[in-house]
Amino acid sequence: MIKAEQKPIEEILTYLDPYKKILLSGCGACVTVCHAGGEKEVSLLASSLKMARNLTGKPLEIQEITPARQCEPEFAEELAEKAEGVEAVLSLSCGVGVQTLARSLTKTPVIPGVNTVFMGETVSHGVWEERCQACGNCLLERTGGVCPIARCSKQLLNGPCGGSSKGKCEIRQETDCAWQLIYDRLKSLGQLDKLREVIPAKNWGTESRDKGPRRIVREDLKI
Amino acid sequence: MLVFIPKIVAFCCEQSGVPAAEMAETLKLSVPANLEIVPVPCAGRTETLFLLKALERGADGVIVFACHEENCQYLIGNMRAKSRLLYAQNLLQKIGLEKERLEICNIATNSGVKFAETLKDKAIRLKELGPNPLTRINDPLAHANVGIKE
Amino acid sequence: MKAGSNLEKVFTQGHFAVTAELGPPKGNDTNVIQKKVDFLRGYVDAVNVTDNQTAIVRMSSIAACSFVIQMGMEPVMQMVCRDRNRIAMQSDIFGASALGIRNILCLTGDHHTFGNQVNAKNVHDLDSVQLIDMVRTMRDNQTLLGGEDKIEGEIKMFIGAAANPFADPFEFRAVRTAKKADAGVDFIQTQCIYDMDRFKEWMKMIRDLGVHEKVHIMAGVTPLKSAGMARYMAKNVAGIIIPDALIDRMAKAQKGADEGINICVEQIQELREIEGVHGIHLMAIEWEHMVGRIVEAAGLLPRPQVEQDSGEKV
Repeated sequence: MIKAEQKPIEEILTYLDPYKKILLSGCGACVTVCHAGGEKEVSLLASSLKMARNLTGKPLEIQEITPARQCEPEFAEELAEKAEGVEAVLSLSCGVGVQTLARSLTKTPVIPGVNTVFMGETVSHGVWEERCQACGNCLLERTGGVCPIARCSKQLLNGPCGGSSKGKCEIRQETDCAWQLIYDRLKSLGQLDKLREVIPAKNWGTESRDKGPRRIVREDLKI
Repeated sequence: MLVFIPKIVAFCCEQSGVPAAEMAETLKLSVPANLEIVPVPCAGRTETLFLLKALERGADGVIVFACHEENCQYLIGNMRAKSRLLYAQNLLQKIGLEKERLEICNIATNSGVKFAETLKDKAIRLKELGPNPLTRINDPLAHANVGIKE
Repeated sequence: MKAGSNLEKVFTQGHFAVTAELGPPKGNDTNVIQKKVDFLRGYVDAVNVTDNQTAIVRMSSIAACSFVIQMGMEPVMQMVCRDRNRIAMQSDIFGASALGIRNILCLTGDHHTFGNQVNAKNVHDLDSVQLIDMVRTMRDNQTLLGGEDKIEGEIKMFIGAAANPFADPFEFRAVRTAKKADAGVDFIQTQCIYDMDRFKEWMKMIRDLGVHEKVHIMAGVTPLKSAGMARYMAKNVAGIIIPDALIDRMAKAQKGADEGINICVEQIQELREIEGVHGIHLMAIEWEHMVGRIVEAAGLLPRPQVEQDSGEKV
């Protein structure tokens, strides 16, 4: 899922400085799972913000809400209605949610309260790691289920580079070398011959993120 | 004469803090006035939010009584409480409140004396720290946690 | 002849080749290049010009190579995939070829976070294997990558790449070099060798794959200056292995620097005996003035005089 982390509270306070009454909106989907913007985090942040603003003598009134999602027009419109009468919305949803909401709120600023960081996996409780970069043409079939675009620091398709040492990437000890993982996996699958072929240059510009903002259309689903 | 009697909220684990509190009562040991005890089935039931809300609502200090490190009946509930407390302390520092207002104390069921002593110490430290700045701001002429000294 | 460079001719005529390395200035001071070229003159068949090595900004390899040619030496232009996309790389190769550069070393590049512009956007449009294939396409197909756009003129490049027998996974390293051979590489320079046994094992795998018959392998050597340097490299540089015996030898020596040179010369002599090794790549980091002494002591002088295209001897 999408993984995010809350912005430092000092930064959020700077954004909220001009306002006296806001709606603080969490999201019940991805940011709940990674403990960045779910209902609990909304309550905690609201309490912290109220106390912080009280201490500076500029009280802040906060309405709290955590819809199931913010990234669908129906939810965003419903949320927009709840935003009547506030000066700004502080949204703890990912960047997608913030933008979807902003589209429905032409007169009220929508402020992001989290940094959307990556698409990833829960490694263990409280630890999340990047796994996918939406390259647009999934090649996991030939790399034993380990993605070199998301997990190789240099996005090599014919790795590993000469900096792979004892299963770790040259850039830091904590980072696994994706190509060592790919090698080990293909070896256990008996598919090492897949590594013998040269994978040609990626079509970043026609299949991937460098073709501009992307779009998927399902004609059969359009109403 | 008006004196500052710190309001303390004590989250007491039912496996350790609550029995210790009962022991203190049995031994007729005195505990600070203005103390509110909140029993929880395990210290790990204490949400980070509870710690902050207590201060938001005017408590001067919060303490969590948890089982000793290896003794949690729910295995690591006491460790979870500790992590959350540290997280809350970090938040307090960022928003301008003293992190010392929050603390955690590991205790055993029969530690009535330790229970009373710890709370007495906390009250003393809170007196030194002063009232929760939020209460002063909310109501500058009166103080919620004020009592008459005899 | 694929490119007709001096280095290519040295190989083709069966000589044991010698290359060294030159780091361009961290600015536009060409005196830095002149000094290094002067140290190396007469001792090497070609000199590698690095490309923003360790992601530290230096004069571009293509510009520095152009000066090297003017100063009378043959360059091997290193090109990394880290900083440029395929448009810029093909464009630079056009320019390089027009400037008379005939050797190119295709590299992935050290991660940009090692350098002095850590907030840059990492490119890595291609990897080193795909870069080799692209240069080969430009040279042999006379088209751009993709095979459609015809190139105006001929791109004569002798294509090189790197190999690291000391990185992991060890069993795969020789296979990866074989992939580079499939992609069209003409010569390989290895990472500097201290663990001779591991290198020999790697060379055996190379020979078993038949790579030594398609590709000229140059063994990398770097003279140690001190036991401290040896320990530092062993601990901090990913992909370098230095046996304890070697570190001990350096530590016990009266003069570390002299011992380092002796070890280097011994290594070169041992490497010459290995089947499939066709040359050495001498990386005397911040010690370029020692190259001459090492090459001489290893019995590699004089360097072969090969005929240039114009019939002139170099």
